[in-house]
Amino acid sequence: MHPAPSVILFTSLSGLGFGLLIWLGLGLPAVSGWVAFAFFAIAYALAVGGLLASTFHLGHPERALKAFTQWRSSWLSREGLCAVIALCLMALYGAGLVFAGERWTVLGWIGAAFSLGTVFTTSMIYSQLKTVPRWNMPITPVLFLSFALGGGALLAGQVAIAKTLLIVTGVVQIAYWLAGDKALAGSGSSMTTATGLTHGTVRAFEPPHTGTNYLLNEFAYVVGRRHSLKLRVIGLVLLSVLPVILLLLPFSHILALVAVVSHIAGVLIVRWLFFAEAEHVVGLYYGVR
Amino acid sequence: MVCIMTTLPRTTGKKLGLVIDLDTCVGCHACVIACKGWNTENYGAPLSDQDAYGAEPTGTFLNRVHSYEVTPAEGPAQLVHFPKSCLHCEDAPCVTVCPTGASYKRTEDGIVLVNESDCIGCGLCAWACPYGARELDAAAGVMKKCTLCVDRIYNTNLPEEDREPACVRTCPAGARHFGDLSDPDSAVSRLVADRDGADLMPEMGTKPVNKYLPPRPKDTLEAETDILAPFLAPIAEEPRGFFSWLDKTLEKI
Ligand code: SF4
Ligand code: SF4
Ligand code: SF4
Repeated sequence: MHPAPSVILFTSLSGLGFGLLIWLGLGLPAVSGWVAFAFFAIAYALAVGGLLASTFHLGHPERALKAFTQWRSSWLSREGLCAVIALCLMALYGAGLVFAGERWTVLGWIGAAFSLGTVFTTSMIYSQLKTVPRWNMPITPVLFLSFALGGGALLAGQVAIAKTLLIVTGVVQIAYWLAGDKALAGSGSSMTTATGLTHGTVRAFEPPHTGTNYLLNEFAYVVGRRHSLKLRVIGLVLLSVLPVILLLLPFSHILALVAVVSHIAGVLIVRWLFFAEAEHVVGLYYGVR
Repeated sequence: MVCIMTTLPRTTGKKLGLVIDLDTCVGCHACVIACKGWNTENYGAPLSDQDAYGAEPTGTFLNRVHSYEVTPAEGPAQLVHFPKSCLHCEDAPCVTVCPTGASYKRTEDGIVLVNESDCIGCGLCAWACPYGARELDAAAGVMKKCTLCVDRIYNTNLPEEDREPACVRTCPAGARHFGDLSDPDSAVSRLVADRDGADLMPEMGTKPVNKYLPPRPKDTLEAETDILAPFLAPIAEEPRGFFSWLDKTLEKI
């Protein structure tokens, strides 16, 4: 799949932002006043920034409001609704903390639940697609949720929880890669099933067009997969190993900041791989993956 | 106002679709051009081209023809031309993923369409289609797909014989057939039954309405070739004399 920068930024940043909102909603850390304001500002910058980035790849962003209507069938629609509800509830909860000095605990929990729901619905947009076997796995939502919870705990300064969750995130990421590498072969789709030509071995002889087209640009991204092993190692070290080591050292704000930057860089790399490595079955018609 | 939801109708009155004969398709691409022509001049945004006369031309098409080489375990390889457009699936994933309701399946005849004024151009429906039947138009920013020529098949302004899809009407080989696949007695249904019409990627669970008729086995022309074969048998199987020496020497170098 084509790794569009807007979608990589959207899923990475908004995942972290909603992850932070989950912890804030649970009262971890139990901030109030201007400290709370700073935490909420960071969370909203990430979550809303990510959502805005996602509208850049739309053909008609001015019609984006229509995307809230189809929650009965569409995970993309559900995600939009969940995000808006979470942002409204958490804004109210945050206003209570910052301006009224009040903690509306139940409201925080409900806001946290919708924040978690937003990350889950985002993951389901990818996980539902049978056409991309590497995404069409139950572990895909687990991956997104562990990223949001781990990264959110790191941003929320919950050192003890973050250490554990970042290790979990690393393990889930490795499991995702191991399962994903077998997914296309395991999907049962091949050029034979794609064409229904069962009386011999099928080879793509001539494509329908001499140049490229929307389908090949969008679905048949092969550049850079050569380096995927190296990128996997770099991404894993940055997102999980290095932050965990830094958190194990005696606490300092500088080290914590380095841990955060390293984690975000790692998330962006593995999210790039999430798209670049994913094979769409339409590639079978062209004999490319 | 009726609130349309992109859930799928449980059943449709008819199942209009195409039956494509891989045995007779000659790969001339006439259907590709007829489709592009009709759908650029009629329903919805035109099918645009980018850099049409430049070094890297691209454009939107609703129907494309691949060519495959099939090599059986024994006998000669076969070239199969393979036209592909939307299969108007019964369980169409492109419809249910759409967040706006722009993508829908008609209850009366099962045609899958895009309401272009609702489409935000997110591209998710194209991701969900296993067959590459949807292309986002680069100029209009909306999703384009085969309409089964909905603006021809019911169009009483056209002469009777033109009330079928442009690709079907134009095909010089008669390789594309249009009809109601829910009626077991329709010409298309009988064709599917007689020729073992098959689904593409059935494992995707999309239940395509369009069917593909497999190419017939190649003729075996043994009798004819045998007439000349004795006269054409090679006289010297192994090189002798000078050629044998040359052959061996070259081998050694
Ligand atoms: S062929 Fe693709 S676009 Fe057409 S109905 Fe099926 S899934 Fe949708
Ligand atoms: S591109 Fe248009 S038709 Fe397709 S899913 Fe998005 S809004 Fe719906
Ligand atoms: S039915 Fe019409 S829109 Fe569909 S491929 Fe044929 S000509 Fe194109």
